[in-house]
Amino acid sequence: MTAQALEQRDLAVVIGLEVHVQLETNSKIFCGCSTEAAEDEEPNTRTCPVCLGLPGALPVLNEGAVEAAVKVGKALNADIPEETSFHRKNYYYPDLPKNFQITQYDAPICRDGTIEVEIEGERRVINVRRAHLEEDPGSLQHKGGSIDAADYTLVNYNRAGTPLMEIVTEPDFRSPREARRFLAKLEEVLEYLGVFDATRDGSLRVDANISMVPADEVDADGRIDEEALAAANRTEVKNISSHKGAEKALAYEVTRQKNAIQRGRAVEQETRHWDESRGITVSMRSKEEEKDYRYFREHDLPPLRVSDWKEKIDIPELPDARRERFREAYGLDVEAASKLTSTKAVADFYEDVVEEFDPDLAATWVADNLLGELNYRDMAITDVEERLGEFTRLIELVDAGEITRKNAEEIVLRRMLDEGEPPEAVIEAEGLGTVGEDEVERAVAEAIEENPEAVEDYRGGEGGAINFLVGQVMRKTGGSADPGDVNAMLRERLDE
Amino acid sequence: MSDSPVDADEVRHVAELARIDLDREEVEAFASQFADILAYFDALDEVPEVEQEADLVNVMRPDEVRECLSQEEALANAPETEDGYFKGPRVS
Amino acid sequence: MAELNAFITEETVESDADGPLSGKTIAVKDNISTEGLRTTCGSAMLEEYVPPYDATVVTRLKESGATIVGKTNMDEFGMGGTTETSAYGPTKNPVDHSRVPGGSSGGSAAAVAAGDADLALGTDTGGSVRNPAAFCGVVGIKPTYGLVSRYGLVAYANSLEQIGPLAPTVREAAELLDVIAGPDDSDSTTREEGADSNYAAAADGDVDGLTVGVVTDLVEGADDRVVEVFEDAVADLESEGATVREVSLDSLEHAVQAYYVIAMSEASSNLARYDGVRYGVSASSASGGSEDGRSESSGVSGGFEGNWNDSFARSREAGFGPEVKRRVLLGTYALSAGYHEKYYKKAQDARAWIKRDFDEALSEADVLASPTMPVLPPKLGESLSDPLQLYLIDANTVPVNLANLPAISVPAGEADGLPVGLQLVGSKFGEAEIVRAASAAES
Repeated sequence: MTAQALEQRDLAVVIGLEVHVQLETNSKIFCGCSTEAAEDEEPNTRTCPVCLGLPGALPVLNEGAVEAAVKVGKALNADIPEETSFHRKNYYYPDLPKNFQITQYDAPICRDGTIEVEIEGERRVINVRRAHLEEDPGSLQHKGGSIDAADYTLVNYNRAGTPLMEIVTEPDFRSPREARRFLAKLEEVLEYLGVFDATRDGSLRVDANISMVPADEVDADGRIDEEALAAANRTEVKNISSHKGAEKALAYEVTRQKNAIQRGRAVEQETRHWDESRGITVSMRSKEEEKDYRYFREHDLPPLRVSDWKEKIDIPELPDARRERFREAYGLDVEAASKLTSTKAVADFYEDVVEEFDPDLAATWVADNLLGELNYRDMAITDVEERLGEFTRLIELVDAGEITRKNAEEIVLRRMLDEGEPPEAVIEAEGLGTVGEDEVERAVAEAIEENPEAVEDYRGGEGGAINFLVGQVMRKTGGSADPGDVNAMLRERLDE
Repeated sequence: MSDSPVDADEVRHVAELARIDLDREEVEAFASQFADILAYFDALDEVPEVEQEADLVNVMRPDEVRECLSQEEALANAPETEDGYFKGPRVS
Repeated sequence: MAELNAFITEETVESDADGPLSGKTIAVKDNISTEGLRTTCGSAMLEEYVPPYDATVVTRLKESGATIVGKTNMDEFGMGGTTETSAYGPTKNPVDHSRVPGGSSGGSAAAVAAGDADLALGTDTGGSVRNPAAFCGVVGIKPTYGLVSRYGLVAYANSLEQIGPLAPTVREAAELLDVIAGPDDSDSTTREEGADSNYAAAADGDVDGLTVGVVTDLVEGADDRVVEVFEDAVADLESEGATVREVSLDSLEHAVQAYYVIAMSEASSNLARYDGVRYGVSASSASGGSEDGRSESSGVSGGFEGNWNDSFARSREAGFGPEVKRRVLLGTYALSAGYHEKYYKKAQDARAWIKRDFDEALSEADVLASPTMPVLPPKLGESLSDPLQLYLIDANTVPVNLANLPAISVPAGEADGLPVGLQLVGSKFGEAEIVRAASAAES
């Protein structure tokens, strides 16, 4: 396929993804070092002979990592073969303590799975070719030097040995946006499974493969002629660390490649590095050296026979299913269902609340009020879990008329979140208890008596004058009356 | 059924894969030795394909945190360190 | 002690515990990690390496009350059969100082033979415990793969190697084996067998009814003097009540090739970690950079010329001796694209074939017998010119490692004043049988 021929034709984008996710286990994949990084942690303080690659150390497989992998396989409806085993991938790099990575090669733990993604209102099935376990290398910091001294690198092995799952898709994406949607969906599913934490630095790393093929080689079902795909030059883009970044990087590549082709230039088969800060990809041609990894079986780790774990391990209800169920069981609309299943923690919380209250009321409180406040504070529901013990009590109090909804939302809830105070304490401290009806009636009567001009204005046709009177009543009742009720009461009296 | 002798280029290529900086004499010496040794290994061509059975399976440990090395212990044998990091050559 | 050069580091580590080895001194091969005590593997690469942890076997030694008296000399990283590839000079055979003690555990065998230690630990990848045991006239056991933990054993060929005991008598070797054997959570290839073992009790010399299969393929081609001593030893066993028959294993013809391809391939990967960053000879000290090879610098580093590939290559060029380089290069070659199927895969097939052959032979006999080494101990310096010749003298010992089986070398007598070893091979976890047969042979 020469660039000449290509430039005459319409082009289609073909993208495949290799996603590395860090699994949320307590300890590393082959040793007992913790996977949790303390804040501002010192380098090389979370290592042992195994993850440091000291002479004589041996790997021992973490059961939790295998469980997490099986959960992922189950969620992806993937096959878990009868026997799965580990291999060594041999290459030299300072972040690799042994100068080989223990990974999986021809016998991965998951194969042939799928994820459904909604793209422009359409349900698309993305095929996951395989998913396997491997160990994370350490982290490198490049140091510049002065003119007469060489540059060097600082190495920290705290991260080395963190369990990774590498998830590889078929080249099923037809646009950068699709790739992004997929990644967002994947993150959601993994988070629901409890095996992934998106807020953790470096927990998601993506390598994308992108090719441009003639549009007429893609059929109506989105399938591509094998030969056409093989003939097209493929660019690998590395160093993508978020789903937004993926869309940006790939969009940049599409433009770059289209431009090149239209100018009659060939697109090289190469690896490029995504520079997030500059918003461009840079050729890594200098790194295109020998990639002979000399894979062979890791003999220190016996193979696994865990296909029966798929049956035995439970996974929680996945996001799509949960959304469906929320819509049906609670009669929620699409938007509400979506908000209430944005994370598993929110969905779980909602279902607790809905046990005591009407689903719509619960939805308003959780999706609108609570999530609104949390978003404003840039917090997740899990950050304030201990402070939400009395949340349902708050709803009760409003329901029973003991405080106004406005006060509940604007004052009490916020204090609960910020200070952790229980609702009743706030109500008392702020004097927010609703006034009795007698008191309101008295205040209404007083307001009418004290403000004859306003009354006249209202009766004279100026509807807005009633707001002044409502304000007066609110002042008299210390803001504790319900403005709607006050309004109604005033009208009743004045319309007599 | 014998391979052509291993030449200097091949030795250099393998030395690069193995990250060992050979001098010219070593390259030559290894090239001739390897030819003999590999010719000897060629006898393996006669071996029939035999199925291998897995012996031990499913050896795992519980997902528990254990004590690790202190930073001092981790760095103790490093030829060069800086501020708690291992110092390594530059990477491109 | 010093004149034999059996030790690389002499240092006494006493134990507080009271146990079966209390009062005994033990020498530990220098590829077994000892916390706070230099562990060089006979290599310049690790000349200053001090492990921050003990190998599991060392922990068990300490718990048994033994006193460690030092780390013994060995072929560099276990690669060799004469202890002449050590960066710390060769060890002399106590029986004849002009000859090699065997290898790679030459220092351990020499220390025991000379009485510098009551016991010793060695490691056996292709014969490295049995070979020096035979050449020095002591007892050496290579356990079944998986009987003894390899945690802390600096890897050379991890699918083949085991730590094994060396001692003056069969019973003492078996006692030491009892201390170190047994499963270990830190080594996923260890097995339940060996927990609470009592191999020492099997050293009772009672071979009445035992069937011994002489492996004819490993007797043919051996030095006549060795064969003579071997046959006398077998005849002795017969007179003590054993039944002797002959067995032949066709697959053994490919054992040496299969062994070396597998061992070299694994070595090329196991030794990749030596790049001078976390430990070992660094590129800067290799090119004569810093004085003591170690520096805490807050400024910019000197000596890192070129990128990491150049740096690693210089570190390894300086730190590794020629035999190690040879094996790492050949192993890399055997695994590389284009050759993997031809060499590595074929070697695995050969290995599976050999395992099957041994299983069959061991269904017809309780133990198999051969001379441990096909030759008498060579003179120092004699073997170094032709690497291939050196590999061939492993012919009798490597098949046992390929088959993951246990074997013992017990002194069978002397020829021209030099020790000859009798090798007895058992079925998987059949250490008791070989201990029994060996104890009969030594009396």
